[in-house]
Amino acid sequence: MDYGLDKKTTSLKTFNTIFIIVWLLIACFPFIWTFWGSFKVRADFFSRSDWWYAISAFNTLIETGGKFTTNAYSQAWTEGEFWKASKNTVIVTIFVVSISLFLGTLGAYALSRSTKNYAFWLLILALIFRAMPHITLVSGYLFPFFELQIWGILPTTIVVLVAINQPFTLWLLYSFFKTVPRELDESALIDGCSYFQTFRHIIMPVMWPGVITAGLFSLMLAYNDFTVTALLLNQENHTMVPKIQSYLGTNQHEGNLMWAVSSVVSATAPLFILVMFFQRQIISGLTAGAIKG
Amino acid sequence: MPNKTFFWFFLPTGLAMILFIGLPIISTGIQSFYAQHDQIVKEVKKCDPFGCTVSIVVDNEETSKIREAKPLGKFNGFGTYTDRNHLAVDEIKKFWNETESINAFIDQVTNLPFYKALIFTLTYCLFVTPNVLLLGFIIALSLNAVARKIRGPLIFGTILPMIVTPLVGSLVLFWMIDSQGIIGANIQNLMNDPYLSLKSSKTLTWITIIIYGIWHHSPFAFVVFYAALQTVPQEPVEAAIIDGASRFQRIKHIVLPHIYPVVTFVALISLMDNFRVFEPIIGFSAEGSAQSLSWLIYDNLVNEEVILFGSAAATSIMTIVGIAILLAPVLIRTWKEFRIAR
Repeated sequence: MDYGLDKKTTSLKTFNTIFIIVWLLIACFPFIWTFWGSFKVRADFFSRSDWWYAISAFNTLIETGGKFTTNAYSQAWTEGEFWKASKNTVIVTIFVVSISLFLGTLGAYALSRSTKNYAFWLLILALIFRAMPHITLVSGYLFPFFELQIWGILPTTIVVLVAINQPFTLWLLYSFFKTVPRELDESALIDGCSYFQTFRHIIMPVMWPGVITAGLFSLMLAYNDFTVTALLLNQENHTMVPKIQSYLGTNQHEGNLMWAVSSVVSATAPLFILVMFFQRQIISGLTAGAIKG
Repeated sequence: MPNKTFFWFFLPTGLAMILFIGLPIISTGIQSFYAQHDQIVKEVKKCDPFGCTVSIVVDNEETSKIREAKPLGKFNGFGTYTDRNHLAVDEIKKFWNETESINAFIDQVTNLPFYKALIFTLTYCLFVTPNVLLLGFIIALSLNAVARKIRGPLIFGTILPMIVTPLVGSLVLFWMIDSQGIIGANIQNLMNDPYLSLKSSKTLTWITIIIYGIWHHSPFAFVVFYAALQTVPQEPVEAAIIDGASRFQRIKHIVLPHIYPVVTFVALISLMDNFRVFEPIIGFSAEGSAQSLSWLIYDNLVNEEVILFGSAAATSIMTIVGIAILLAPVLIRTWKEFRIAR
């Protein structure tokens, strides 16, 4: 209840507004600028002589005859085979999200309903697993995967991403399951439901907000991953993020920077739209672990 | 829940974690004791009218044969751990004996690859984590003071740096501050120094990556702090206002103690994430002047000729030890609380 006790002076209000505007500029301007630049030619977006070229589209006019060009997009998606990379990303993301939700809900439900000590230790173990840098795990995978000849293909990567994602999913769903009252399960059990029936018909229907949040985080992990996908997939099967890196070029071969710029925009846009719609769920997910303990 | 039911519910996720997180750690441990085979050389005698010469060439056939027979490599014990690219025990001894001043010694040691990477990783953690906490808290306080109606879009704008992958985030920034980007080119003009660029200076590169880290991680701290601020009870705050406490005093004595557990949570998570810093180094193409532990592992794994499994594994194990040291205080505290609760 606000009784109007907390009086803010005008100077404080002004300062606050300025601070927020400055911060939002810092946070958002790089994306806006990249989006704008992706419709220019390289000589405009990366111009040493005059950065105003990027606005006035000096070279873009000369090279393409218009102020805006979608050449970078069409080339990256066709010649650069970005369509293949996005197809792979879609496959990986769909499978990772559905499998990790399936495993995660089962495990987290069990953890939240167990009163034994080992449930606590399993959660701590999951926290330790969560702390492992992904690259150290990848250095453990590579050799066995080469030997088993399962390196480079999508299913391997999907399983690995699911496993890497489990600790976080477990913690998140655990804190959501904790908020569902135990009486609900108990009455179902007394009525003769088995544990699995209780889980399936009584608990899951009230758990959708938690499941959606956990799904969003799995999606962001699978969609954004670079470490695992770059090292465990062969060129053919690369997803979007390693593909973008391959456009950057190395010392040996010249990259195509404008392809990278346009594919960064192509890869980021769906994510931003998703976040716009599911902002509330993402925020509740990030805070679930922290606030509810 | 009975043990048996628990087992079946937990089995799938437990199996996934054991197979793909537990076993790889063990696999890394084993690999770190092996090193790749040396190339087998043979002497080739070449005779021409002017006489015979003996040259030494690599026997590719034999080399690949032995590599196929023992793919893990030859047993090396702790050899990989102590070699020049890791702990560099011999080199450090040598430097200690040879160098005169302690500064020269430190200088020499910090030029060794592992120590260089370790120092960068620690510097990154040390500068990014506190600033992330601070900036996140200030943004949370600041957004908490604006009208509820416009908060939604403001929060959306704030969390953008967090939701993009670090590689994309760092690329987007790099394209602006590169010598050909909007900010970089303008700074060159301002300073009147056409050679001023990110790549030319180690300090500049480090500062840029640290700023990137703060930019990328602050939204996470913001989100958690913002949610925590919603749970601060109003009565003590109002009582403090009536008692004449200033805004700063209210934050220090009422708000901060209330959200203290959350602060440790955010600090822990962001420490864990910062310790694995790696993608920004690729995004900023900063390999030349900034290398982190994770980047060293990546570099070994993408080695062109032969993948240095042993070397990567040894660095991995030492990284895991580093994480364990970081996590130890938290784990010990949890263990104590758990024992008391029982």
